Amino acid sequence: MGIKLKFNNIQKHFFGVTALDGVSFEIEEKHTVGLIGENGAGKSTLMNILGGVLLPDGGNMSLDGDAYLPSNPRDAAQRGVAFIHQELNLFTNLSIAENIYINSFPSLKKTPLIDKKKMNDSLKSLLKSLDLNYSPSTTVENLAPGERQLVEIAKALHSDAFLIIFDEPTTSLTARETEKLFTILDQLRSEGRTIIYISHILGEVKRITDDVIVLRDGKVTGNSETGLIEIPEMINQMVGRESDNLFPERSAKPKDSPILEVKSLSQPGIVGNVDFSVHEGEVLGVFGLMGSGRTEMARMLFGVDTYRSGSISIDGTPLPRNSPQSSIERGMAFVTENRREEGLLMNVAITENIGLVSLPDYCRNLVKWVDAKRMNEEAGIIGDSLKLKASDIRRQPAMSLSGGNQQKVVIGKWLMTKPRLLIMDEPTRGIDVGAKYEVYSIMDRLAADNSGILFISSEVEELIGIADRIVVMSQGEVVKVFEKKDFDVTALMAAAFREAVA
Amino acid sequence: MKDRNWQRFILKNTTFILFVLLFLIFGILAPRFLSFKNLEIILSNSSYIGIIAVGMTFVLLTGGIDLSVGSTMYLSAVSSGTLIAAGWPIAPTIAVSLLIGIAMGYVNALIITRLKIVPFLATLVTMTVGRGMGLFVTKSVQVDFPDSITLMSTVKVFGFIPLQIFIFGLVVILAMVFLRLTKSGRQLYAVGNDPLAAERAGIQTRPLITSTYVISGFFAALGGFISITQIGRVSAGFGSGDEFDAIAAAVLGGASLMGGVGSVFPGTVLGTVMIQMIQAGLVYTAVDIYLHPIVMSLIIFFAVLLDSVRTGQLKKMERRTIMKITS
Repeated sequence: MGIKLKFNNIQKHFFGVTALDGVSFEIEEKHTVGLIGENGAGKSTLMNILGGVLLPDGGNMSLDGDAYLPSNPRDAAQRGVAFIHQELNLFTNLSIAENIYINSFPSLKKTPLIDKKKMNDSLKSLLKSLDLNYSPSTTVENLAPGERQLVEIAKALHSDAFLIIFDEPTTSLTARETEKLFTILDQLRSEGRTIIYISHILGEVKRITDDVIVLRDGKVTGNSETGLIEIPEMINQMVGRESDNLFPERSAKPKDSPILEVKSLSQPGIVGNVDFSVHEGEVLGVFGLMGSGRTEMARMLFGVDTYRSGSISIDGTPLPRNSPQSSIERGMAFVTENRREEGLLMNVAITENIGLVSLPDYCRNLVKWVDAKRMNEEAGIIGDSLKLKASDIRRQPAMSLSGGNQQKVVIGKWLMTKPRLLIMDEPTRGIDVGAKYEVYSIMDRLAADNSGILFISSEVEELIGIADRIVVMSQGEVVKVFEKKDFDVTALMAAAFREAVA
Repeated sequence: MKDRNWQRFILKNTTFILFVLLFLIFGILAPRFLSFKNLEIILSNSSYIGIIAVGMTFVLLTGGIDLSVGSTMYLSAVSSGTLIAAGWPIAPTIAVSLLIGIAMGYVNALIITRLKIVPFLATLVTMTVGRGMGLFVTKSVQVDFPDSITLMSTVKVFGFIPLQIFIFGLVVILAMVFLRLTKSGRQLYAVGNDPLAAERAGIQTRPLITSTYVISGFFAALGGFISITQIGRVSAGFGSGDEFDAIAAAVLGGASLMGGVGSVFPGTVLGTVMIQMIQAGLVYTAVDIYLHPIVMSLIIFFAVLLDSVRTGQLKKMERRTIMKITS
């Protein structure tokens, strides 16, 4: 088999930070290649160069043996390269067919009109082969996230792409949608297509790829057949150190006094009779499958959504319903699962982003003037403790950070409020091993300072690794509460699936 | 389940249902309101603002706005009045006035796409400058039109369709076909939905956006001409405030100021006719004429409020149910 793609000494710099420092490797035709690395290691930059979004500062590429240097995504598409971004590039107000044909509508016999019938008919078999059982004229708005991704894949296949890049395709998918995606990836491979698969979920990489390329600090630190490398070794190559300790040692034990008490919280159709409490110094894990009502419950706790009956109190005093404002005043903080949408000010400096929520704390003087010096200093300390990859966090805009580092800024924003109770919904999703460890350490430090943490996750291993107790939710109800001594992957999973809860 | 489907149907068609309700209420309160003659007058009065609102819909679809349409109407009407007074025949006069509309639209587009000034400010400037130029030419003197122009409003196409309604219908059909069935039409919706994604998809966004302002300017000039045939003169305030009626009609018909959402038919047509119908209805039901603006605004406010409530309700209904339904 031949070489599909070759990178030779690729260089790229941003704002004086080196993103890619002489990257060279080859990808064999018809292989599925995993591309892994920490946030900011250069994966996205490299793929943006491949997809024609960015131009390299140095080095060269070849595709199918010919020189390759796309200056825009269209060039890349013409050479048969398709890039399926993490944030999908679809027009939600148009139909599936219109999204696929957006720049190449077939016209009706020499008129300027679109031949809708021809357009829709031509896609029926393609959609069917992807198991997307909708008419091509369905509006994309009506599709679930997993289905939308299939539309992106259909787009790539329709443009006859033979090299398809997937950037973190499973982060917004349910378990079932993920399985379906893997089946389709197999199908693509058997059709002779080459696939580059970027993911932080190493289990997935191990399962579906032929080769693994590891990037660290803009350099290739690993390149091997997937069969010859185990996950711990992948992690070593990613972080450059031995990593027996995925979780920090907990430095203090939880106390007896409760911070948050939730009593028979109910909202018809969403949650029913939810009871639990979070104590001082405790990390309470909440485990459940996607769609189990975890996020909805967290939104009620914080006051974003309302509920019909039950009570929520902090330090013994009930919290008013539906008022995020008073939740914040009472010391609650909420890192939601939609960190990207939740709004970083992209053009504003990192430290100012971190200081945003705590701004009132720094305007306590007579004229409500912002004490910018003190705020920047303290935001800087938070930024340093998060180990942000940036050359100057006081000047650099949030925009210049990689995806994972932007997520750290959002977490930092809430840390700066010195929360009494921190709710974190999937805080480690889409971030790398090193950053995950830092997030766990932050939880431990807060707990040691007598704060309480509600840690929502769908990764059972991390809950076991860091939580003091775990509440399992399913279909809007608390199925069981596990004490630390009873932690067990199988039992937790079984509870989440409501199988034989003993 | 059946209940839910009904609910959904009502929620998805609030504007239309409100339209029918108002129609029935006015009809019951004043049976003469339902006469064929009155309905024809309503449609006839809708024509000129409807044509402008169609152009506005194009602009709104891309997420833009065109405040200059009232001034474009004025400037092109003043020009045609001056040319006719100078002895020009009608056909070339109309052509020139439409060209002025196109030119105004093109200037808007240049300011917005080349100088990167936001549409609100760009068209605010051309709105003021356009009217200023008209005033400069006329010294704010009223321009009167000869009978040859005003008689056009009595022309019946095929012997029974008033000319202005015929042109309005033609504009609506052309715009509808363009938006629904042509490549550029669909790409307009794409640009309005996500301009960055549109560029990444290789869509030529600049010519598309330019075309919407040109279309809006052209329809403003055309609407202005139709209005002249109906009233026969152009005073200094001609067209002033019409930009807001056009925007109101499009928004009432479901167009979003954020772009990507809206339709010419039924949308904007329904919005335009509804505004005219309320005006006529208030006359027929003998509501104090000084209360008209207030009642009118309240009804429009209610329609827009309904639309906002409806969007929230629809979202709620589409939200998944987590707990098992136990029954």
